Amino acid sequence: MRQLKSVLRTPLGLTATLLTIGVLVLAVIAPILWTDDADAIDTSNILAPPSAEHWAGTDNLGRDIFYRTLVATRLSVELALAATAIAVVVGLLLGTAAFLLGRRGGRLVNAGINIAVAFPGILLALFFAVIFGVGATGAVLAIGMAGAPAFGRLTQTLVAGIAARDFVAAAQVAGVGRLRILLRHVLPNIGEPLAVNATISAGGALLAFAGLSFLGLGVQQPTYDWGRLLFDGISSIYVNPWAALVPGFAVIIAGLAFNLFGESVAKALGVGVVGGIPKLPSVAAHLDDVEPVEDTRHSTDDVVLDVRNLRVTFPGVRGPIRPVRGISFAVRRGEAIGVVGESGSGKSLTALAISRLVDDSGRVEADRLELLGDDLRAADSKAQRQMLGTSLAMVFQDPMTSFNPTQRMGRQLAESSRHHQGLSKKDALERAVDRLRSVRITEPEKRAHQYPHEFSGGMRQRAMIGMGLMGTPALIVADEPTTALDVTVQQQVLDLLASIREADDVALILISHDVTVVGEVCDRVLVMYAGRIVEDLRAADLAAAQHPYTRALMAAVPDMHTDLDQPLAVIPGRPVDPSDVPEGCAYAARCPLASARCRTEDPALVADAAGHRVACWHAGEPLPLEIEDRELEEAEAS
Amino acid sequence: MSELRFDNVTVRYGSTTAVDDVSLTVPSGQVLGLVGESGSGKSTLARAAVGLAPVDSGTILLDGKPVPTRGRRRPLQMVFQDPYSSLDPRMSIGESVAEAIPPGLSRAERRTEVERLLELVHLDPDRLAMRPAALSGGQRQRVALARALAGKPEVIVADEITSALDVSIQGAVLNLVRELQRELGLTILFISHNLAVVRYVASHVAVMHHGRIVEQGPTGHVLSDPDHDYTRTLLAAVPGQSQSKGSL
Repeated sequence: MRQLKSVLRTPLGLTATLLTIGVLVLAVIAPILWTDDADAIDTSNILAPPSAEHWAGTDNLGRDIFYRTLVATRLSVELALAATAIAVVVGLLLGTAAFLLGRRGGRLVNAGINIAVAFPGILLALFFAVIFGVGATGAVLAIGMAGAPAFGRLTQTLVAGIAARDFVAAAQVAGVGRLRILLRHVLPNIGEPLAVNATISAGGALLAFAGLSFLGLGVQQPTYDWGRLLFDGISSIYVNPWAALVPGFAVIIAGLAFNLFGESVAKALGVGVVGGIPKLPSVAAHLDDVEPVEDTRHSTDDVVLDVRNLRVTFPGVRGPIRPVRGISFAVRRGEAIGVVGESGSGKSLTALAISRLVDDSGRVEADRLELLGDDLRAADSKAQRQMLGTSLAMVFQDPMTSFNPTQRMGRQLAESSRHHQGLSKKDALERAVDRLRSVRITEPEKRAHQYPHEFSGGMRQRAMIGMGLMGTPALIVADEPTTALDVTVQQQVLDLLASIREADDVALILISHDVTVVGEVCDRVLVMYAGRIVEDLRAADLAAAQHPYTRALMAAVPDMHTDLDQPLAVIPGRPVDPSDVPEGCAYAARCPLASARCRTEDPALVADAAGHRVACWHAGEPLPLEIEDRELEEAEAS
Repeated sequence: MSELRFDNVTVRYGSTTAVDDVSLTVPSGQVLGLVGESGSGKSTLARAAVGLAPVDSGTILLDGKPVPTRGRRRPLQMVFQDPYSSLDPRMSIGESVAEAIPPGLSRAERRTEVERLLELVHLDPDRLAMRPAALSGGQRQRVALARALAGKPEVIVADEITSALDVSIQGAVLNLVRELQRELGLTILFISHNLAVVRYVASHVAVMHHGRIVEQGPTGHVLSDPDHDYTRTLLAAVPGQSQSKGSL
């Protein structure tokens, strides 16, 4: 409902909605009010030009063309809706047949649809008009049947998309029948796009009718729709052009109304609920009460990345949302930093902010954000893109979506070098092959000519790293680079990152939700919770972590030495929703050590002499040993 | 007794053989962990067991009888990997669970049964009117488990049910699997690529590689004394072996 309301918020949507309502209202009331005026024959006033009495003139029997156009609204709209209904019903039957009939029967139906779709609609309409005979009924059936294949194809595609989802498989496994699955699971999930498309095709049907009637194949005398009026008006166009133009306008306005209304609804549904979100004010003053965390340990000489008090803010329905709330850290040359945390902790956004990839609706602020001494907060410029393009490499979680599936791998790698380093096509390709070799891809010359789908997941991820190495990166940011990969392949990718770091003294930021992976590869680990760093410690000290959250994360992962007789440790409750961060320590609600102070005062990130930073009022205190598993589960459910 | 047996099962998709002549037994009331890399055929084997993938040759037997893959009575139930895709977003979680309850109960009886199932997986029965979108990943996976249990299954096939979850939630789901297995005496085919997870829940392990089972046996034995090279590779790849954990 909210989505439909958002249709009205755009000028186009509002206009389309009003027009559509206007046309429908007219279709209902016009014949009631003006039939007599429209049918009044005035033989003394045949083929008259527009006058005060007859706004659009009269036809060859002296009937008022303006009134006739108004009255014709009902028949025109009725015919269009009837034809659309036929197209939708037949289309639905065709489109869902494949799902109901199973593989073989479905293939036959699909082949039929594919052939029918290939014929031009108007040709099909003419064909059906011949079969069903000239007249309104024939035209309705003709246009309806002509629209059915396209609708069937749409339905079939949408059904196939839903049928591949696991919930359909789950219903099958539960023994639910196919027809029931179709009615309960498939159709409700494709209802919206189908309804939207039906509205749009109603507009199309209206135009098609006008065309058919204009050709004399549609509505016959004495009844009349807009197409018929157009047909009659065109014969006298040199005497009274308005006789053709007025019904013509009516067709255009009604057709546009349906089309635009359908498209506005489609747009509103597609965009989701974002419609009414206010723009970010230039300064979100009330959010800026975060105290900058002073961190003076950074010596500037070998620092690759220096981040101080980084904040990322997005507009939200109930005011700005800040998923990253003031984090500070530095990465030195050759250093590997791990960032761990649950989904929604802000770890990925931090990476995106560093590489300037936060999308336009978000705002990135920081007291300092420097890569190799260059200020990343400065306005986007060519020089800066060049600097980022060559000195920062980004590796994403899903290597399939980070490559263009239609381009050869070699060319994709070469592109960045040609762009940023001005290499010739041949040199760039040579470098690409060399880089593929450096990430241990066998037969790199051959592989460079292949497409992304010919690479396995692990190879794609290595190629992605290779792409980052086309420049001379000082920093690699890897966001969950191994989450989509198998353990064995994960190990290869991690080894590769480690060896690149060693060989070229490249710094690495490795983001992961798995603290064991991070602990294995990195020198230092930053633990993030609710957009803050809650602990910053050496990876070797993970076993002696101070923050209760870090300790809970460590305990939650089973390893090859986990006690099989004990239940696994779990973290009760849910991660903090960035739009609703509680007062005090954000972790307090889930923390077994939480005291009254934790719920009111947010602990600052404080460093000890060894540089171990932790933000907790109860850092290092012993945890209450056995909390009943059952209690934790209940806490999660509450 | 509810022993699940695969006898020389082969599944082909076109010219690719996804599962190649696999013979495997999941002992009654036990958990068998099936490990292997993606593309090794372990998910296909699972789907074949519940009738979602066509079996080319071989038989899948439950207590010596072919597993029924038609009709309402389904003694094999499956829990899927991605809890974001395995629940219908338009249905309340109560409806999703109720759908899997075999027919023949009155409306009130169904409701009581749904509440019992939700309690079994430690979800508050008051939430049965909620849509999946209002639940976390871990809670959704509990609903999926409740739905699988609704069919009163003898065997549950769990296909990578924790790999789409945060590690902090994974533990709770694994605890639940162990608890349910013990309390209900279920036979479980537990598929995972994570050896540490399999070690924690399974009494037996089978290792799958390129569509074949290369090694199987009791968990402790296979993991401490692997016979096959591929098993050794898998073991070496488990992260976090170099460090020991702090005590809580």
